[in-house]
Amino acid sequence: MRWPALNRLLVHARQANSIARRYFVTNGFDGALTMLGLMVGFQTGGDVPLSVALQACLGAAVALLMSGLSSAYLSESAERKREMHKLEQALLSDLSESDYGRASRLVPLLVALVNGLSPLVISLIIMLPLWLSLWGMELPMSPFLLAMAVALGLIFLLGVLLGRLSRELWLWAGLRALVVGGLTVGIIYSFN
Amino acid sequence: MVRIKKLVLDVLKPHKPNALEFAMALADLGKGLTVRLTVAEVDEKTESTVVILEGSDMDYEAISERIERLGASIHSIDEVEVMGSEEETDAG
Repeated sequence: MRWPALNRLLVHARQANSIARRYFVTNGFDGALTMLGLMVGFQTGGDVPLSVALQACLGAAVALLMSGLSSAYLSESAERKREMHKLEQALLSDLSESDYGRASRLVPLLVALVNGLSPLVISLIIMLPLWLSLWGMELPMSPFLLAMAVALGLIFLLGVLLGRLSRELWLWAGLRALVVGGLTVGIIYSFN
Repeated sequence: MVRIKKLVLDVLKPHKPNALEFAMALADLGKGLTVRLTVAEVDEKTESTVVILEGSDMDYEAISERIERLGASIHSIDEVEVMGSEEETDAG
């Protein structure tokens, strides 16, 4: 069996998997709740033109993307540098050109991508009913209500994903996440 | 030309890659290269290991480069076995 360079790099990058999974759920949850809040606001705010609502949602989605990319990259690369510095001190050698050093530069990039793309993709899915309505498709209910339903569905799925990771009952984990979504809707409705 | 047949190295390595991954990465350097690795001491961040490499004609530069690439460092060369080739003897 060969032991190529990619394997050697993956030995160090393997932990990115669990970090990225955590970030995916955390920031995905942020994206879903932000969109849910916006949709509730548009629904209760009266006659908000769809194009205006879409622009606002796109703005929020791009802001979440940038926030996710930059925050994860900055925090992860700082953490990696700190770890590498400690290891370099223990080994009394420069690790910048080692597999560990290369992985330390690669992992923050991967984690940042997941952290940034997760809320963007989730936001775009939630915005889909607004686009469909704008393109003239007949929807069974208000596009904002439908988007709220999609958001709650995704929040439930993120909860299920967390439940599967922690080997809990998926339904319970999904419902728990849904309660958070429901609370968010309730609080925003109470303002109106 | 002198051929390196055996090397015993005192190597300080991080916990990752682990002993098996480390030895496999070294064994990958040449066909028929045998690597025997013993962890002598475990610290909070590092492991002191004794790496025994055996082959018919090993490239020390490639071995030390791979060890550094793996994030480890050679502390000392504790034992060697080298062999001069016949052509060289005849020429000399």
